[in-house]
Formats: sequence, C-alpha cells, structure tokens
Amino acid sequence: MVEQFAALIIVAPLIASLIVPLIGWRQKRLCYPWVVAVLVVPFICSLGVLNTVLTTGKFSYRLGGWAPPWGIEYAIDHLNAFVLVIVTFISLIIAVYSKKSVEKELAEEKIAPFYTLFLLLVTGLLGIVITGDVFNLFVFLEISSLSCYALIAIGEEGAPTAAFNYVILGTIAACFYLLGVGYLYIATGSLNMADLANILPSMYHSKVILVAFAFFTVSLAIKGGLFPLHTWLPDAYYTAPSVVSALIASLMTKVSAYVMIRVMFTVFQPHFSVDIVPVLPILGWMAVFAILFGGIKALAQTDLKRMLVYIVVAEVGYIIIGVSVANRMGLTGAILHIMNDAVMVACLFLIVGAIFYKTGTRDINKLHYLNKKMPFTMAAFTITALSMVGIPPACGFFSKWYLILGTIEAGQWVYAAALLCSSLINAVLFFRVIECAYLKPLNPVNAHTGETHMIQRDEAPLTMLAPIVIMAALVILLGMFSGNIISSIIQFAVPASF
Amino acid sequence: MLDYVISKYNFWIYVILMMIGLYAMIGKRNLIKKLIGMNIFQSAVILFYVSISVKAGATVPILSGHSYGHGELIEVAKYLNPLPHVLMLTAIVVSIATTGVALATLILIYRRYNTLEEDEILKIRRDTGV
Amino acid sequence: MDVVYSSRPLWAVLVSMIAAFLILATGEKNRNIRESWTIIAAFVKFFIVASMVPLILQGKVIEYTIITFYPGLLLQFRIDAFGMLFGLIASSLWIATSFYSIGYVRGLKEHAQTRYFFAFAMCLTSTIGIAFSANLLTFLIFYEMLTIATYPLVIHSESPEAVKGGRKYLTYTLTAGCVLLFATGMIYYMTGTLDFKAGGFLAGSGSSSVLIMLFAMFIFGFGVKAGIMPMHEWLPTAMVAPTPVSALLHAVAVVKAGVFGCLRVILYIFGPNLLHNLGIWLIMAYIVSFTVIVAGFLALGQDHLKRRLAFSTVNNLAMIILGAILLTKSSMTGAIIHMANHAFMKITLFFCAGALHVKAHKDYVSQLDGIGRQMPMTMGAFAIAAIGLSGIPPMNGFISKWFLCMGALEANQIIFLFVFFTSAMLDVAFLFPVIYNSFFKKPLDDVTPHFDEAPMLMVIPLTITALLSVVFGIAPDAFVHFFSITTIAVQNIMGVG
Repeated sequence: MVEQFAALIIVAPLIASLIVPLIGWRQKRLCYPWVVAVLVVPFICSLGVLNTVLTTGKFSYRLGGWAPPWGIEYAIDHLNAFVLVIVTFISLIIAVYSKKSVEKELAEEKIAPFYTLFLLLVTGLLGIVITGDVFNLFVFLEISSLSCYALIAIGEEGAPTAAFNYVILGTIAACFYLLGVGYLYIATGSLNMADLANILPSMYHSKVILVAFAFFTVSLAIKGGLFPLHTWLPDAYYTAPSVVSALIASLMTKVSAYVMIRVMFTVFQPHFSVDIVPVLPILGWMAVFAILFGGIKALAQTDLKRMLVYIVVAEVGYIIIGVSVANRMGLTGAILHIMNDAVMVACLFLIVGAIFYKTGTRDINKLHYLNKKMPFTMAAFTITALSMVGIPPACGFFSKWYLILGTIEAGQWVYAAALLCSSLINAVLFFRVIECAYLKPLNPVNAHTGETHMIQRDEAPLTMLAPIVIMAALVILLGMFSGNIISSIIQFAVPASF
Repeated sequence: MLDYVISKYNFWIYVILMMIGLYAMIGKRNLIKKLIGMNIFQSAVILFYVSISVKAGATVPILSGHSYGHGELIEVAKYLNPLPHVLMLTAIVVSIATTGVALATLILIYRRYNTLEEDEILKIRRDTGV
Repeated sequence: MDVVYSSRPLWAVLVSMIAAFLILATGEKNRNIRESWTIIAAFVKFFIVASMVPLILQGKVIEYTIITFYPGLLLQFRIDAFGMLFGLIASSLWIATSFYSIGYVRGLKEHAQTRYFFAFAMCLTSTIGIAFSANLLTFLIFYEMLTIATYPLVIHSESPEAVKGGRKYLTYTLTAGCVLLFATGMIYYMTGTLDFKAGGFLAGSGSSSVLIMLFAMFIFGFGVKAGIMPMHEWLPTAMVAPTPVSALLHAVAVVKAGVFGCLRVILYIFGPNLLHNLGIWLIMAYIVSFTVIVAGFLALGQDHLKRRLAFSTVNNLAMIILGAILLTKSSMTGAIIHMANHAFMKITLFFCAGALHVKAHKDYVSQLDGIGRQMPMTMGAFAIAAIGLSGIPPMNGFISKWFLCMGALEANQIIFLFVFFTSAMLDVAFLFPVIYNSFFKKPLDDVTPHFDEAPMLMVIPLTITALLSVVFGIAPDAFVHFFSITTIAVQNIMGVG
C-alpha cells in the first residue's frame, strides 16, 4: 500500500498538471482549488512514506515492476522521506497562498498555464528527491528546470532576460550532470544509485570516476546557486512573480543541496568524497565566500526582495558548509538547515509578496507604519527575521548551532567565523527593515498631516495571511522541537560512517 | 600516443563540439547565437552517449526472425548496447523542450527590447533604469 | 545533593510569557485589563519563585527538563541557590516595577504602551529563564531572548537618539552573543556537557592556552551586558529608554544577567581552582578594578541624573565581578549578596529619577536644588539608597562592602581593598551632592516650595524598595532569606573547589 504512495507522490501532480489547462479552458477560477486539492495528495502520501520509513526502515518502489538495477527504482530512506515532506508541505502552503497574488500580478489568460507549470515544477522537485536512479534524476531535474524557466519568464520587467540567462547556465549544468552520468555508466554499466554505490568502491582511483564526480559537483553547484556559480540566481529569483520566487527560492536550492548530499554520500561513499577527492575544502571555501558575498550584497540593496535573493545566496553557503565539514554534527546541521531555511525563506518571500500585494512597493524605505497596516504580517516577518539572525528559540538558531559545532569539531575556524559573521550581517539587514516598519520615520516627509492616526489596518487577505502565519508559527515550533526531529529522523539520515 | 589519441576519437570530437558550443554561449553577443551554441553543447553530449554504445562488428540490438529457443545463448558482443540510445531519446526530448522555452523567452525579449543583441539590451535596461 | 523534580520552574518562566500574549491580545483599548495582566503575572511569578525557597534552604536543587536536543544538549531548568537568588531579585522587583511602570507611562501619556508592557513581560520571562538555566545552552537561549526583548524598550521613544541607542545596544549584545555561541560550542566539543557545576567542570579538558582564550571569550560575551569596560559604551546610551526600563533592566535584569553569566562562568564552569591554576584571575581582577575606579570618576562628571546612575551601575557591577574573581569565600559571599543589595538600592535611585522626570520634568543634577521640599518622600528614598550604596551602616550596602573587603584581605591582595575604599568614596562624591542640593540649597524658581509629590503609583514602590534596603541591612535574612541562600551557594562552590 505504502509503496503505491511513493508513486502517487509523483503521479498525482503530474497527471493533475495536464488537467489544469482543461479546467482553465472551461472555468479559470477552478484552477486554484484544483491545484490546492491535488497538492494535498502528495503531502499526505509523503507523510505516510515518512511514517513507514520511521517504523520499518527504508524501502523502494519499482516503477513498472522492473527489478533494479535495470528498472527505475524509487528508493526512499530517512533523508529523502524527510525532504519529501518539506517539499510537499511548502508547495502546498505556497499553492494556498498563490490565489490573490497570481490574480494581481499575472494577466488573466496566464493563470491556467501558470498553474500547469507550478504543478510540473513541484513534480520535478519531488521526482528529484524520490528517485533512486541517476538518469531519472536528470529527467526530473530538467522537468523542474524547464517549468522554472517558463515561470520566471512570466515575471515582471527584465524577467525574460533573466530567464534566458538561467536557461543557458541551467542547460550547461544539466549537460554536465548528464556527462557525469555517462562517465559513471561507461565505468560501471549501471544507473541505479544503490547499485552504483556497490560497484564504485573498487574503482575509486579511476580517472573516469574522478571526472564524473567533478562534473556532478560543478553541475550541482550551478543548480544550487553556490558562489561563484550563482550569477544567474539573483536576477532570476528577483524578477519572477512573488509566488514563483517563494517556491523556487525555498525549494530549488535546497533540493540541489539534497542532491549534492545524495551524490557525495550515497552514490559515492563518504570515504571517497572526504579522503580521495580534495573537493570538500574547495566547496567549504566557496561556501564561506557565498555567505560573505551574499550578506554584503544584501546589505547594499534597498529593495526588500532583492535583499532576500542575496540572502538566499548566503543561505546556500550554510548548507554547503555543513556538508563540507563532513562530520555528524555538521551534516546534522546541514540537513536541519535544509528544512529550516526552506521554511524561513518561503515565509519571508510570502511576506514580501503580501506587502507588495497590499502596498505595491518593496522599497525598504517606504515601509513606514506597516506594523499598523499589516500587524500580523509584520509580526510573522519579525519572528522569521529573528530566526534568520539566529535568535533562539526560533529554528534558525538550532541549525546554526549544529553547523558551528560541526565546524568546531572539524577545526575549521574560518567556517565558524563566517557563520557568526553572517548572523551579524543578518542582524543588520533585518533590523534595518524592522526599524523602518515599526518606528516613526526619522525625517517624516508629511509629518504635518498627523498621519499616525489616519492609518487603518489593511491586512493581507486570508488566503495570503494564513500561510504566512502558519509558516511563522512553524519557525518557532520547528525550533522548539528540533531535538525530536533530529533524534527521530535526521540522525538516521546522516551516513552511518560519520 | 598518437594511437591513443586516435583510438579515442569519439571523445575528442565530443569535447571539440562541446567547446564550440561553450564558446558560442560565452563569446557571442547575439542571443540566438548563444542558443545555437547551447544546442551544439547538448548535441555534443548526446553524440558522446551514442558513441559509447558502439562495439566493433556489432549490430543493432534486434533479435532477428528465427527462433532463439531454450539453452541457446545470445552473444552480447554481437549487439550494440541499446540503453544509451534510449537514454538519449529522453535527452533529445529535453533538449528540444529547452530550445522551445529558450526561443519563447527570446520572443518575449524581442518584443520588449526590439533587439536580440545583448549589449543593446543591457544599454536599454541601463537607460530605462531597470 | 538532593534533586527535586518539579514543573514549578517552568511555570515561573512561562507565567510572564502567557501574560505577555494576553497583554498583546487585550491591546490599547482596555488599559486596566491589560495592566491587571502585568500585575497578576508579577505576583504569581513571585509566589511561584518564593514557594521554592524552602527547598533551596534545605540544600536541594529543583530540576525540570523541557526538551532534549541531542545527547548532552538539554533545554533544562535547575534551580540552585545562586539561581534562586537571582530569580528572587528579579521577580520581587518586577512587582514594584509593574506598579511604578503603570504610574510612569500613564503620567507621561506614553505611546505604544501595549508594546511596552509586552516587551517588559518577555524580558522577565527571559530573565527568570536565565536564572533557572541548568546549562549553558539554556542560558544562551534565554540570554539571546533577553537581548531581543529589551530592544523595543530601548527604542521606545522612537526618537533618533533612541534608535541610535538601540542600534548600539544591538551591535554590542549581538556580537557578544556570537562570541558566546562559539565559546559554548567549543566547551561542548571539549567536554560533551554544558551543565553548570558548582566549582567548575572544565579542569583538565584542554590546554591552558585554549582555556584562557575561552575564558576571555566568555568574559567578553557576558561582560558586554555586565558593562565591563571597555564594553560598557551601550549602557549610558541606552538610558534614553523610559525610566522603569532603566530601573528594572539596566539596574537589575539585563545587566545582572550579564553579571550572573560572568559569575556562572567564573564559579560554575571554570571554577576557583582552575582559575587559580591558570593564573588569569589576577589579570581579570585588575581589569575590573580599572572599571570600578574609572566608572566612578566618569559618574562624577555626568550632570544627567540617569547617566550618572548608569555609570554608578557600571561601577557596582564591576565590583560584584571583582568580588567573585578574588575567589575567596568572603569575597564570593560579598559579590553574590551585593547582586541583591545593589538591585534594591539602584532600582530605588532610578525610580526616584523617574519620579523627578514625571513630576518636575527634571533630568539634570544641576536642576535639583531645593526639590526635596517639593518631593520629600522621593528624595528621602533617594537619600536612603545613596547612603546604602556608599556602604554606610545600617544599610544593606554595608554588608556587601564588608564581605568584599574581607575577601580582599583573605586573598592577600591589599590593593583591592583600596579599590573598594576608593569606590565607596566615589559613591559618596557623586551621590551626596544630589541629596545636599535637593534638601539644603535654596529652591530654584521653578520648584514648588510645598509638598507636591509624584503619582502614588510611583512613590509607593520607591518607598518600599528604599525601606527594603534598610530592612535587608538590619536583617539580611528577612522575608526571602537572601543571606542564607547566598551562604548555601558559596558553600556549594567552595565545597567542591
């Protein structure tokens, strides 16, 4: 029964996405409830799958009944069951949120195509996470990327150019991935991850394998937006419609990070990635620069969304640092941060979307009195901002804590310094926004009107507000219960050899 | 050494093609040319896959007409490996889709800026302050 | 040591958090209901805390585990004598401050009162959390919460200087927080535990250079809030906050949290023996002595009353840390009891400054000539607290000074005896002129020559805290057994060390 759940996670949104245009053709308003209803299915299925993994351990689903390594296998262990729940949950929340924002930002005839692509993107992301086959992963990678290109291109001014840049770089990344798969296939004759993991150790010193590994790393670094291969990311994420930004900023980079963990520590053994290839220090230093670069660029922005986009660049660095220290604590932090960051970033982008929906601006300096206009939204923003800074008991503190423990254990003081620095940069970034939104303007332009009393509450509509509040509550709850999450899920997701 | 280079000629060809594609993507200012470069890049990878399934003296992996009864062995060396070809069918579909999406964005770009030269687009964007 | 498992510590922490959200929900429209939440929470909190005193006096500790994060990483409360002392100070003074705050914000018709009371309640939640923390991680979590909860109070007036003060406050404290986070991580990595242990647990877990570095990081991290020079800069700047905030937070909760942290590090993480062996205690003692003296002199130069009191706070906090770092039995007793005594005296002084601000709109020492005739109760309380702070018997300040001086002698460091003496002289020098001017000088033109006091909601709390300073001077063990608790805490530390 549960095996069928694994298939349903992919099949439901895939089939549903093909039906969206039909619905949209008859009745545009029905697209939204359809998408939300459909996305509930993978969420419930992924919970079921996670539950099964927790009780009985990992299992696999054979697509079409073909036995691996010939057939495609969906291999589900603690790590991807966990990521599946994150992806399905966040995409569901964002789908709920999407109604008003999409109606406002997109032309009416684009709504049906939008939702089609939305579901395809989610399908792609889920497929990447669930599959146990390296070539199948490529296919899903391209499904998600292609729908992502299109979704970005519907965005505002400058979106097509950003999307085109993304197409070029994304295709390079995809081709590199494909080459990596090809080299592995030449050497082993297999495409199944578990099978590869068995065959590969005997040929770890082969040049072919090394080259394949290099291709994988570069490709995933591009897809994940790791500095200095992030150049496509800021424009693409900035110009996309609010809903799309929220979805891709919170999930695309995290899923890439997941694939990186998967390739480094499942397809290849940790022993290979740590001892044979000198890749971890390189990634670690790239991550350090990503954190600093992202933070500093974010400081230079006056546009809230652009600031967040650069924060995403920095946050990718967090996860990669956790991977690159390659110890239990660090990887625990990295996996925990995949979840925490997905929730925090999604929440922040949703909030920016709501602010844009209501006020039509994203300029930090024009946010005055927003705490009176949109008290709940701003309360959610404050909570999430504090979490990004790393104030307990919000979840951001805990992933940072484990990441720092990991860097200390590895003796990587520079990584630790970068993480701490980034907290401080985030503090400056977010308190700047909070000051603007909560306090009286320091030099009021039209102070004589006595505007404080005239400000009416003007909160975002319920379909937008509810997701925001849920996410903000999660930021706290995930922090409070991070111990349970680690002890029941993440500690099994970390490779046993650590 | 020369033998070594010549014996792996398929790899050399794919690498050269890939570099041509990469050059076009980086060096050309016209977005259509970039797109063509991207296509060459993808084709290089596809050709690489196709070439690795080749075996000297082997034929297409279709079991011909008459019976292969019980106990009769199929000689693997006589047939090409079909799997890379099958994979490339998917990859070709992907590459066509990518080209389609890229062309669609190019149409959008052209409608907005009336040009496909990258430097002109950048200039227009700088002038309009976007 | 007997351990009692009880959820009372959790409730003591939670009660003000629940109140905070009730305050937020009630909002500006029903002010009386909103204020009653504060008052109820303050009393309930105090009674929960006080109800645990008998257990502590029996030498037991009270423990409650909330969440286990990871092996060795718990969110856990454990009340020992030292934590109990701090919890008692904070929760008892919150009652006084609650009444006073209501009088203050209503007297001035302050804006954003809901935010003010909300943040205040959150601050108290964090402070009690800090007091009751069983380990460094729990401590750190509440410490950071305190940092953030105080921020809205510092910037309360939303004036440019308040915003600037708030930024400075955050810069100092968040940087300190980062350093603490790293140092805590290091300790967890080195020892696999973060539990406070009377007498310390770090001995032998690392090379002396690493330990010295860690000690420096901790003292930097906690020293920022405790106002050790040169990290004290934010404290006078933060005096732009409303007076009750300065009173409770900048005399009691926030800065004492820093001092409490320093003492936890000195006595419960490193421990007297280890610090003796490392030899850093003497250097540390000189650094804080410098703070004691210089802060005293800087206070002399301030005309703004609250800034003068702020420097006096810096001076006294450094004295507490100096007492602890001298590492003798008497000096520790003096240091710990001075945490309580200083809290009562300093809050009185700040309350008086606030009363002057609300009633007579006077903020500067030079404006106070003859004000004693208009506001005799306020200035009387001020006089009592000032006398106490200078260490003159029978006030409670005398007891702490006595033990501190004894400690300096026990440690065979006569120089620190002079530090304490000089500090007492300076206290007299910068506080007594205020008393003299207000009572004996000819009134200024704008002073009402007859009795015209501040609102009763302000005067009564400050009178009570002033009287308590006297009571604790005569009977240090009155009501809540501050002195016995202190003795138990010191015994725990010295018993091991």
